[in-house]
Amino acid sequence: MTTYVLRRLFLAIPVLIGVSFLVFWSIRWVPGDPAIAIAGELATPELIAKVREDMGLDQPILTQYSSYLWRTLQGDMGRSVRSGLPVSDEITTRLPRTLQLAFTSLILSALIGIPIGVFSATRPNSWFDGGTMTIALLGVSMPIFWLGLMLMILFAVLIPKWFGLPGPLLPPTGIGTWQHFVMPSVALAANSMAIQARMTRACMLEVLQQDYIRTARAKGQVEWKVVYNHALRNALLPIVTIVGLQFGTLIGGAVLTETVFAWPGIGRLLVDAIGYRDYPIIQGTVMVITLGFVLTNLIVDILYAYLNPRIRYN
Amino acid sequence: MRNPMAIIGLGIVLLFIFAGLTADWISPHDYDKADFTMARQVPSSTHWLGNDEIGRDLFSRLLHGARISLGIGLISVGIGVSVGAVMGIVSGYFGGAADLIIMRLVDIMLAFPSILLAIMMVAFLGPSLQNAMIAIGVLSIPVYARLVRSSTLSYKEEVFIEASRALGSNDFFILLRHIVPNVFAPIIVQSTLQVAASIQAAAALGFLGLGAPPDVPEWGNMLQKGRTYIFSAPHIVVFPGLATMFVVLGFSLLGDGLRDALDPRLK
Repeated sequence: MTTYVLRRLFLAIPVLIGVSFLVFWSIRWVPGDPAIAIAGELATPELIAKVREDMGLDQPILTQYSSYLWRTLQGDMGRSVRSGLPVSDEITTRLPRTLQLAFTSLILSALIGIPIGVFSATRPNSWFDGGTMTIALLGVSMPIFWLGLMLMILFAVLIPKWFGLPGPLLPPTGIGTWQHFVMPSVALAANSMAIQARMTRACMLEVLQQDYIRTARAKGQVEWKVVYNHALRNALLPIVTIVGLQFGTLIGGAVLTETVFAWPGIGRLLVDAIGYRDYPIIQGTVMVITLGFVLTNLIVDILYAYLNPRIRYN
Repeated sequence: MRNPMAIIGLGIVLLFIFAGLTADWISPHDYDKADFTMARQVPSSTHWLGNDEIGRDLFSRLLHGARISLGIGLISVGIGVSVGAVMGIVSGYFGGAADLIIMRLVDIMLAFPSILLAIMMVAFLGPSLQNAMIAIGVLSIPVYARLVRSSTLSYKEEVFIEASRALGSNDFFILLRHIVPNVFAPIIVQSTLQVAASIQAAAALGFLGLGAPPDVPEWGNMLQKGRTYIFSAPHIVVFPGLATMFVVLGFSLLGDGLRDALDPRLK
């Protein structure tokens, strides 16, 4: 197990370096002088010159990159062009809110998606199976941000109108109460829920065809024990992996959801920064989100190897 | 007919292609003509899906948007196939250092969660339809690289390849004559699915204001603009989203059906 973990960590290092280099290099894609891009278009020539000197923009690219990497590892990701605050401060303020949303969505998607997948697998080709898998397919095809807008229309316009309520049933934007969580979490969870339902169904169907399941039934075991004690327990391994991998995807999907619901998380910080051409913030948020994604996938890989010894021996 | 869902998918895709190609002729109104007296009107007999925030006919804009989405899907897939497939073939066939470098590059690109890489690219290159197409195309490069590499690795060991080599064929001939035709089927399947993903990504970029210019009837743009009027004129956001969803669904169903038909090993 230790060898496997070390090997996976070793393989992750070039990926992490590559990601950080790509993010570092991205500022040079901006048409024109990167120093102006970092300092802002309204910056004075003196400030621009200082940025050029601080960032070492006249240095060879590898020297610039190593300097960038060293500063980033120390938590210095520059300053926001718009607010002047350190990028790391802006991110650390917003990141917990995104994580709250992502965790809530992950739990919601697992609590609904997995049982639906199990029920569908135990009733293959039934109306329930056909109906839920069709809805799941629609869920995968639906843009997350559009679902968010539809939920807003439903809870803030239609339901109050139908039931004569004085205001929205759920607040469409903002943060503060548990009610603020509902719509963003559901919108963010929907796609994940659909994927988990489909994958759970596929895994369960595969397991339910195994000989030991037939043996359990032949021995007179009650059906619910066959499904939950034998089938689900074995199907759970790939399902847990999928759920774990979804967490990273949810953090990336939060960019769109936070924009719809004005949720003050790291995704919204990124979108606002794009509007203001606040390139240090863009670099910082992309770096943090991507690193989180890479580390989550790494943890899921290691967890899967821990749960399934056949993986680490292959 | 054995796969009714694939037939439904094909029907949706053909309808979408037909709409995009014939938009200029079948649109009941000029998609670009503003009429402030008709701003935010609900669906009616003259404007079947209603009017947007400056009175333009929504149905006509959706039809023209289909052409843009189709273009984005095809160009993005074209970029992905032309670059990714070549990377995959080189990586899978020659192996060694080429495989190591290419697969590390692929890993780095896949390390970015879904659309974040495209957002970053367009944010730095500047929002435009062309940059959005390039960014979405770049997203699909690692997908094709991995797929084609996997197929190439499996075909490389086949007996007919060994026989061809024994007959004196060089690597270029073997690649062109034997490997490429055999990896074509998975590329076709993936391309169908990738068009769906590209259309979704384009809509997302448009929604964030990183796609086509504001007046272009791209569906993501329409959602972004309509968002301001979501409570007073919800129809402006309902129909572009429905269109996106059904087109993505159509390509996904078609892709699944093609996979079952062309290459059962991919199941």
